[in-house]
Amino acid sequence: MARYIRHAACFCTLLLLALLVNAARVQVVQARAHGENPANRRETIARYGRERGDILVGGRPVTGSRDTGEQLRYERTYTDGPLYAPVTGFASQEYGTSFLEHTEDSVLSGSDPLLTPFPLWNDFTRSRNPGGNVVTTLNRAAQKAAFRGLGGRKGAVAAVEPATGRVLALASSPSYDPAALSGNDPRVGRAWARLNGDVDKPMLNRAVRQTYPPGSTFKVVTAAAALDAGVIKDVDAPTDSPEPYTLPGTTTSLTNESEGCEDLSLREAFRWSCNTVFAKLGVKVGVRHMTATARAFGFNDHSLRIPFSVARSTFDPTVDKAQLALSSIGQYNTRATPLQMATVSAAVANGGQIRTPYLVERTTTDDGDTVATAGSRPVRQAMYPATAARLKELMAQVVTEGTGTNAAIPGAVVGGKTGTAQHGIGNAGTPYAWFVSWAQGERDMEPKVAVAVVVEDASAVRGDITGGGVAAPIARAVMEAVLNSRY
Amino acid sequence: MTKAGTTVAPAETSAPSVRLPRRRGIELALIVLAVLLSVYGYCAVGLAKNGSVPPGAAGYGAGLGVLALIAHGAVRLRAPYADPLLLPIGVLLNGLGLVLIYRLDLETPGDRAAPTQLVWSTVGVTLFIVVVLMLRDHRVLQRYAYVCVAAALVLLTLPILFPSVNGARIWIRIAGFSIQPGEFAKVLLAVFFAAYLATNRNALAFSGRRLWGLQLPTGRVLGPLLTIWLISVGVLVLERDLGTSLLFFGLFVVLLYVATGLTGWIALGLLLAAVGAFAVGWLEPHVHIRVQDWLDPFASIEAGLGPNQLAQSLFAFAAGGVLGTGLGLGHSILIGFAAKSDFILATAGEELGLAGLAAIFLLYALLVERGYRAGLALRDPFGRLLAIGLASIVALQVFVIAGGVGGLIPLTGMAMPFLAQGGSSVVTNWAIVALLIRVSDSARDQYDGKETP
Repeated sequence: MARYIRHAACFCTLLLLALLVNAARVQVVQARAHGENPANRRETIARYGRERGDILVGGRPVTGSRDTGEQLRYERTYTDGPLYAPVTGFASQEYGTSFLEHTEDSVLSGSDPLLTPFPLWNDFTRSRNPGGNVVTTLNRAAQKAAFRGLGGRKGAVAAVEPATGRVLALASSPSYDPAALSGNDPRVGRAWARLNGDVDKPMLNRAVRQTYPPGSTFKVVTAAAALDAGVIKDVDAPTDSPEPYTLPGTTTSLTNESEGCEDLSLREAFRWSCNTVFAKLGVKVGVRHMTATARAFGFNDHSLRIPFSVARSTFDPTVDKAQLALSSIGQYNTRATPLQMATVSAAVANGGQIRTPYLVERTTTDDGDTVATAGSRPVRQAMYPATAARLKELMAQVVTEGTGTNAAIPGAVVGGKTGTAQHGIGNAGTPYAWFVSWAQGERDMEPKVAVAVVVEDASAVRGDITGGGVAAPIARAVMEAVLNSRY
Repeated sequence: MTKAGTTVAPAETSAPSVRLPRRRGIELALIVLAVLLSVYGYCAVGLAKNGSVPPGAAGYGAGLGVLALIAHGAVRLRAPYADPLLLPIGVLLNGLGLVLIYRLDLETPGDRAAPTQLVWSTVGVTLFIVVVLMLRDHRVLQRYAYVCVAAALVLLTLPILFPSVNGARIWIRIAGFSIQPGEFAKVLLAVFFAAYLATNRNALAFSGRRLWGLQLPTGRVLGPLLTIWLISVGVLVLERDLGTSLLFFGLFVVLLYVATGLTGWIALGLLLAAVGAFAVGWLEPHVHIRVQDWLDPFASIEAGLGPNQLAQSLFAFAAGGVLGTGLGLGHSILIGFAAKSDFILATAGEELGLAGLAAIFLLYALLVERGYRAGLALRDPFGRLLAIGLASIVALQVFVIAGGVGGLIPLTGMAMPFLAQGGSSVVTNWAIVALLIRVSDSARDQYDGKETP
């Protein structure tokens, strides 16, 4: 019998070995695959088990975390949610993340390996780092001024610092409170459905994700192209432009808002925003030059990240002459984001140089040690410095004695350009009111701020819809806020 | 035996030096270690979850310690030659089980299982003490073979009269306590199988006809055995408790092989098992689903229904990795229903890691090995078969449930010995350890220096 007992014992040993091998299979070989399975909630629980890092504006956090005591423990909170929503985005336990919450998620959630004190430390201790903070370039006062200026009307404001590319304000209206999406209860689902179903699209970041026909504000680019290409040598020389201007190859005639544009010089045509002059100028410059200049200003670039992606502003390079004429006054297929137009204005203010805009100054650990900084951004020459100097002069004139007098700030040099963009089938929609500008305080060495404002539904009589009436005051408020800031 | 010949010369011829050391001191030391480990685990859970030592730590340790020491006293008194490893292993596994259940209780504040489990552990240890004190010689049990089998059948049939719980009809509820009579039936059936096979093994092995190289026993010998086995398995299929069914079948085959040494039995047994498993797996939807889950644990995820229990169990094991997350720091409660009972091993796997899991498996292996060792050392066939049977119950049960929750074999509901929540199971396991203590005491007491126990 002893022999058979030994055989039975061998059988039990086999069972033991099978269990040990199976345990090693599950816990070592397949461990990673199981851990990464999306149905495994452990990663999610760990992610929300710590307070999320904060997004800072002007040194103070505009976000926070709330301990719910639930399985997914910490929920995102926002101070002034609607004001900063286009920048922060939302961080939802149900619907993921967007904008800075999305692009900076690894730092905010603490999963970025750069937050680790020593390499492999977390793998060894099985711990997670506390979430790091994201310091933005925003100017608190400018952001507030922009949002208040929009006052609930559909539209957007983008402001940058010309010399550096720092984004100072990025407002979009109507906005929403991202805190409504933070948690995971049924109310979040309802808020999500409501926000997505809203015809006004409150979750759309109009400053970077919506393109508009730039209208007359695009004349800055056309003027730059004409000066750079040598088509205009003297801004005060008459341009030999008819009024009305018949689009080449068609019988359509183009008119102006104001009278007396015939044969005006570039200076005067810019000041009074003459469509006929700039349409003819664009055709004279030619498609190749116009496209090259637009591209130098940042049009047709889909790779811009600030760090979230910016919608591509377009200047169609495959147009015929009639279409080119319209494209040159910011109509037809020409479309731009407010941030793109702020960049155009900044290029003029900064001697023709464009600093790529950015929104994150630096990221830090939760106790303030710097993890990464924006560093120096690539620089691009959009036009000759001489061209920029002349355009600066032209833009300043628009504010002192042209269509943009509403943007004037006492004691500061302000340059601007108004725009009223037609859109819709047969141009039936309410026109978009544009204003792009820059400002230099009397003690500043260089322009401190460049702004672009667009207001979609400026529902008023035609005369007031122009950028000068609706958009310019918003731009002025933002510029004043920046010029008055001490930093 | 010690009772005989206390007076004259024969006592001097068998030299006192061949008597084995009793090793009760080792047992005591190991028990202290087991209790300390359990208390440490209890404190680790509290520190991880609340940042403080749980208020009941001292009481818990004292309670477990006192129980273990009384049991140790009983062994010292009535089974001084017993194997010194059996009791400490039982204490450690039971203590660890309490820690794991307490740990899971913290996740389900409305449903506390640890206090009840502690009460049942006390009942179990009391039964252990009673068995060790009252049962002076295991051979007494041989006389009650048919009483045992009758009792086993009654216990197995009883739950049919009660409503089914969670798809299985294996519980009876009396005064708020639910009892699983099938658990007790395991020990009784082991006693019966051992007694019957010890008596009839020669008849089984050598009488009857040979057919295709198989030695078929006469119907007179085989009849009762097969009948009883069929009845018990039939009852279990009716009750839909396939884990226990599998366990009984395995026990039956192992004991039959050990008793007769006929490999034909194994072949026949495996064939029967294969046919039975195939039939049940195909016909019974409850079992069919389990087989499907085993073949593809993530099918429900791909179907968009979220992970099922087995998938959650695998996630828990995987989350543990080699060293585990640490007690109190895992998320095995995601398994949901039965996390404290059938799936308790997943918590051990997640929080103690592969290292801890392997340690637990080795503790069980050690328990089984000590049972087998006692079986080898014993002279009487009944004792041998009883020891092998009891040890095999533990081995098979651990394999069926650990393999089930680990995705090695289809999952069948069964309690992990000592670890899992379940009063009947804990009591039964303490009875098994008590009987093994008794048998090993006899084995080492009879030692004559010829065969190593």
